[in-house]
Amino acid sequence: MFRGFFVKTISFVGYTVQYGCIAHCAFEYVGEFVSCSGPSMEPTITNHDVVFSERISRHLYRIQKGDIIIAKSPSNPKMNICKRVIGLEGDKVCTSGPSDIFKTHTYVPRGHVWLEGDNLRNSTDSRSYGPIPYALIRGRVCLKLWPPQSFGVLAESPNDGRIL
Amino acid sequence: MAQTGFGRRYFKAFVSGFFVAVPVTVTVLDRLAYVARVEGASMQPSLNPDGESSPDVVLLNRWSVRNYHVQRGDIVSVLSPKNPQQKIIKRVIGIEGDFIKTLGYKNRYVRVPDGHLWIEGDHHGHSFDSNAFGPVSLGLVHGRASHIIWPPSRWQRIEPSVPPDRRPLLNWDRAAEDKYDDD
Repeated sequence: MFRGFFVKTISFVGYTVQYGCIAHCAFEYVGEFVSCSGPSMEPTITNHDVVFSERISRHLYRIQKGDIIIAKSPSNPKMNICKRVIGLEGDKVCTSGPSDIFKTHTYVPRGHVWLEGDNLRNSTDSRSYGPIPYALIRGRVCLKLWPPQSFGVLAESPNDGRIL
Repeated sequence: MAQTGFGRRYFKAFVSGFFVAVPVTVTVLDRLAYVARVEGASMQPSLNPDGESSPDVVLLNRWSVRNYHVQRGDIVSVLSPKNPQQKIIKRVIGIEGDFIKTLGYKNRYVRVPDGHLWIEGDHHGHSFDSNAFGPVSLGLVHGRASHIIWPPSRWQRIEPSVPPDRRPLLNWDRAAEDKYDDD
């Protein structure tokens, strides 16, 4: 009697470990669901939106300018940030605001990306903390899932001229 | 007839074994432990003392860095900020809030920002480390080197230790607490 129970427990544990590992591989290498908070990506992504971010582009190093990405925050690795890629390594990015008289530019260093939120007035991004290493990027946002009325692929950047 | 039956059973067993073994192995390598060969001379004499002729193989503990708890003196592997496809292995010299004197960085004194680390190789001058690219974000930390597992003559546990000439000068965040110590 106990032997049957023992065998059942072992096989239950085995299946749990196996499915847990498959889930880890799916979330780590295919994609994950992310709930966004904050106003820094309005109007493209608003507070409490749920999006799907795919990991494949990041692992194959195919993130491009104009992509919206989820990355680990450079000052707090347990928090994530959601911003748009404005410049890749070697690109020239404009660091001065639209109201400044003298425009300043900088070049994105090797292995780094320059991020900006779509809501330029209300976003802390590379304009304050500088370019972030590519390796901090987690995934590329490809689909908005919630709210249902804005389901679908995400819009292009509303700020033209930022991506040089 | 018996032969095709055997072939199909073998194929099914192989596929089901494959779908168990690959995810479990990948999860173990991502979450628990990773094994890596050390290349280069930047951590001599602690790692690779014999150079390329007999490179050390280290065990990287990924479970202990899942909450980014690193202490001074640990040897950690981090994803290189200059090349995301490369991992570099260095020693943690300063944690967030430390005020340290640098060796060849553009500023002579640096306060390590929040959420960052200052890493250096033990072989100063032959090391591409924070003295070249500045503080690294904690999010880049990949694992902590806990043991040297090859060659067998160098089996040992790696203990955290900061070289005495590289201790931080001050930690602003803790300076206020230390003032009230009663020792």
